[in-house]
Amino acid sequence: MTSAPLLRVRDLGVDFSTSQGAVQAVSGVSFDVRAGECLAVVGESGSGKTQVLLACLGLLASNGTARGSALFADRELIGAGERSLNAVRGTGIGLLTQDPLSSLTPHLRIETLLTEGLLDRGLATRAAARERALQALRDVEIADPESRLRQYPHELSGGMRQRVALAAALMCGPQLLFADEPTTALDVSVQARVLELLALVRSRGVGMLLVTHDLGVVAGLADRVAVMYSGRIVETATTDELFRAPKHPYTAALLAAVPRLHGVAQSRLVGIAGDPPQPSARPPGCAFAPRCGRAVDRCSDSRPELTASAEVSPLTTAQGDSMDGRAWPITAVACHRPLQDRAEIA
Amino acid sequence: MSTTSTLLQVERVSVRYTLRGAGLLAPARALEALSDVSIAIPEGGRLGVVGESGSGKSTLARVLLGLVRAQAGRVAWEGRTVDYDDATAMRSLRRELQVVFQDPFGSLDPRMTAGQVVGEALQALAGPVATVAAQDRIRAALSEVGLAPAFANRYPHEMSGGQCQRVAIARAIVARPRLLVCDEVVSALDVSVQAQIVNLLHELSERYQMSLLFISHNLAVVRHLCDDVAVLCQGRVVEQGSRDAIFGDPQVQYTRELLAAVPEPNPTLQRARIALAVNVSRVKR
Repeated sequence: MTSAPLLRVRDLGVDFSTSQGAVQAVSGVSFDVRAGECLAVVGESGSGKTQVLLACLGLLASNGTARGSALFADRELIGAGERSLNAVRGTGIGLLTQDPLSSLTPHLRIETLLTEGLLDRGLATRAAARERALQALRDVEIADPESRLRQYPHELSGGMRQRVALAAALMCGPQLLFADEPTTALDVSVQARVLELLALVRSRGVGMLLVTHDLGVVAGLADRVAVMYSGRIVETATTDELFRAPKHPYTAALLAAVPRLHGVAQSRLVGIAGDPPQPSARPPGCAFAPRCGRAVDRCSDSRPELTASAEVSPLTTAQGDSMDGRAWPITAVACHRPLQDRAEIA
Repeated sequence: MSTTSTLLQVERVSVRYTLRGAGLLAPARALEALSDVSIAIPEGGRLGVVGESGSGKSTLARVLLGLVRAQAGRVAWEGRTVDYDDATAMRSLRRELQVVFQDPFGSLDPRMTAGQVVGEALQALAGPVATVAAQDRIRAALSEVGLAPAFANRYPHEMSGGQCQRVAIARAIVARPRLLVCDEVVSALDVSVQAQIVNLLHELSERYQMSLLFISHNLAVVRHLCDDVAVLCQGRVVEQGSRDAIFGDPQVQYTRELLAAVPEPNPTLQRARIALAVNVSRVKR
C-alpha cells in the first residue's frame, strides 16, 4: 500500500475553555488513514479519542478549539469554515456514532433519513435517491427494505438501527468512514454482525477510522492501531504486532483486561487499578505513571515522547511516509521503559 | 461438589406481556417473555444467565424482585414460596436480595450524594441506625467497593461510569444481602473498568458467601465470574450447566453462536471469522 493517505493528521490538539481555565483534551496526535485501510484509535473514556474525530469534522463543542492539521484530499479541515466542511461531511467522510437512537432523528421516516443528504446537496432526484436508499439497506442486509423505508427509528431493534445508521453514513459515497464506538451499545451477537458489515465496507476501498475502548473489537477489523491515553497517542503499531507484543505497559494492561473464552479459566481479570488523570491535573511526567507497575522516578518526572521502536523492520519504514522531511513511523511507543518481549508481559 | 443448600429456586416460571395492537382498535397481542423457566442458585453460588436482547434475561430479574408477576410457576427462597403480595415478607426478602442495574447514571438519583444513596438503602433495609454508626457503615460500604471516604460527598455527575457503578454496588451490599442480582452491570463500561467491577463482584461474593445472579450478553465475562451458566433464547432456557460444560462442550447451536460472537483479542482468529461471514454474505447475494 503506497497510495497517498486519504486523511493525514499532524500534531492535532484540542483545547476546551472551562470555568476552571483551559483544558488540553488532546495533544500532539498524528496519524494517516489510507484508502481501504482501517486505523483503530483505542482508549478509555476521556482519553480524547472521540474529540479527534469531532475536531476533524469541525464538530467540537462550542467551547472547544482545534490546533494542528488534518488534511483530507488536500483540504485542510482544521479551522475550515462551515461551507468547506459541509463539502466534506457525509460526502467525503461519513460518521457512524455509538448510539443510533440519538443519531437518527426520531420524527423522520427511514426514507427521509437516508435520502436527505443526497437531496439537500442536489446530488440525486427523489426517485434516484429512493432507489439508492433501497440498495443501501440491502447492502447492510436489511430484509424487506421497501417497508423499512416507511418506518420510524423507534420501530426498529437496536441492531437494525445501527445498520440503518451505517447505511445513512454511506449514502453519499464517502471515501472515509469515521466509526465512533459503533458496537459498544450492542449485544455481542449484533456486534459481530455490525463488525462484519464494516469489514465488507472496507473491502470496497472505503478507509476507516474506528474509535473504540475494546481491543477485542479491533482485532478482526483494524490494520493498524493507535492507543490513546489521557489525550496523547502512547503506542502505534500494526494490529498483529500490537497484539503479539505490546510495547507500552498501558496497551498490555488494556489487552489483559479483555475477558477471554480461551486459555486458563482464571477467575480474576486483570483490571487497571485507579483512574486516568483529569485533563486539568495531569502529572508532569508520563500520564500513565501513577497506574503503571513498571514506573520508575524518571517516569513521573519527564514525559516520554512518541518514538519509533528500535527494531522497526525495513518494510515498516518503507510504508511510513514522510512529510516536511519527517518520517511518520508506523511502530512507535511513548514510554521510558517499554516492554521488550512477550515474557515481560506475562 | 459441596452440600450447600439451594438459596433461590425458580420453578417453571412463565411471563406473558400484553402488547397493544398496532392501531387504535387492533386487538392486543401477547408476548411470551419467559416460558417454563427453571433455575436454581445454591448458597454462595454464582449463576450466569446469558442471551441476546429480548431473550427474557431482564424479565427474569424483574420476576425475582417482584417487579413483574409471573403468570405461572413459583419462586422459592430457601425452599419457601415467595409471596410477592405479602408486604412484610417482601421487606425482609429485600434485605437478603438486592439488585444492580446496567446504567449507573440512570439508577442513581442525580440529587443525592453517594453517601446519601448508600445511607438511604441502609435506613430502609436495616431499620433506624444511629447516625454515627450509619456513617461508619456507609464509609465501610464505600471502601469495600474501592471508593475513598471523600466519595460520600460526590454527586453522580461528579463521578465516572465505573465509580457510579461502584456506588450502586455499595448501595446494594450495605445491608449484606445473600443474593445480588446483576443485570448487565458491566455492559456500559470500558473494558478496563469492566475488569475492575467483575473482580470486585468476585471478591465480595467470596468474602461474604454472597450468591450472584449475573445477567449478561457476553459469555466471556460470565466465564470469568460464574460457576454455572444458563443460556436463554426467546424466553426459554435452551442449555444450562457448569461453566466447564457450557464452555468446553456446548450442546446447543445457539450457545455456539453466542460463543462465536464474543470479540476476542486475537487478530488471526477474528479475521478468519469475519472473512468467513463476509464470504457467506457475498454468496447469499
